[in-house]
Amino acid sequence: MATQDEALDTLVTPQIVASKGVWGPDTVSYPVSQSDIRKWSIAVYWPETPPRLFWDEAYARTTRWDGIVAPEDFNPFGWPVAPPRLPGAQPGLRPRKGENVLNGGQVDTFFTRIRPGDVITERARVADWDERTGRLGLMLFLRHESEWHNQLGELVKRRMATSIWY
Amino acid sequence: MTQRVFFEDIEVGAEGPTFSRKTDLMNWNRYAAVNDEFIYVHMDDDAGRAAGQAGAFGMGNLRWSYVFNAIRSWFGDEVEVREVGLQFRAINNKNDVLSTHLRVIEKVRESSGNLLRLEVNVVNQNGERTAPGHALVALPSRDDGAAG
Repeated sequence: MATQDEALDTLVTPQIVASKGVWGPDTVSYPVSQSDIRKWSIAVYWPETPPRLFWDEAYARTTRWDGIVAPEDFNPFGWPVAPPRLPGAQPGLRPRKGENVLNGGQVDTFFTRIRPGDVITERARVADWDERTGRLGLMLFLRHESEWHNQLGELVKRRMATSIWY
Repeated sequence: MTQRVFFEDIEVGAEGPTFSRKTDLMNWNRYAAVNDEFIYVHMDDDAGRAAGQAGAFGMGNLRWSYVFNAIRSWFGDEVEVREVGLQFRAINNKNDVLSTHLRVIEKVRESSGNLLRLEVNVVNQNGERTAPGHALVALPSRDDGAAG
């Protein structure tokens, strides 16, 4: 017998509908440090030594970038003081239909690189969505558009990301 | 001395070096630490199973980073990455061996740069294409005086 959750015929909430195309409030990063960039590059290259562009200022000055820059995949928004709400399944709790989430992918277009000292501001909005039924039952493919600017107002990147809720 | 790869050195059809990792909790936890991504489905097998998967599973964004690592490994520090897109089509289970595949499908000279369009994927040890996508990168040209 289907539970009330499983009998849902849509995962689109009134909040999602109301937020379509509406930019949310800005999120402002802490200043990016050289150590943030070094640690990021160590983690994503582990156990290989990461490129010197990300940790050796003298070397980085010999490149077209004229100093250390962050990897394009770097995220400056980690570790806010207020802990974020954890999405998805948690030990001992059976997630309700629509509470599980997967990263469906993204397209990033890059402009100005992130450097030590930068403060990045993000704004995001719901772009659109569609629903499909698959192995995991009803799934909501929710697309968000976001933009990052640095403290000079320069565009850093645009992202179109898809999250899959099921 | 910075590594330089020039636009003229790369042909359509060329395939880049593979960036490959056996992904386990060491990789995932290090990435969680820098991306602040301590989400239970990436840390706890019970939570992964409750989410309908085989157990804890890896972050799509770590696969994303592997693609950038592969691009840098091929083209060096002078490469300008203009755009990257991936679709995460399959789960990254514990101990999967993930390998990037990059192939040049188009070369274009434009006023904005010397551009290569790449076909991108991340393939697991079973040959599953887990993350099809694309990249657009700009390289220096020997014609623009950057060869010195």
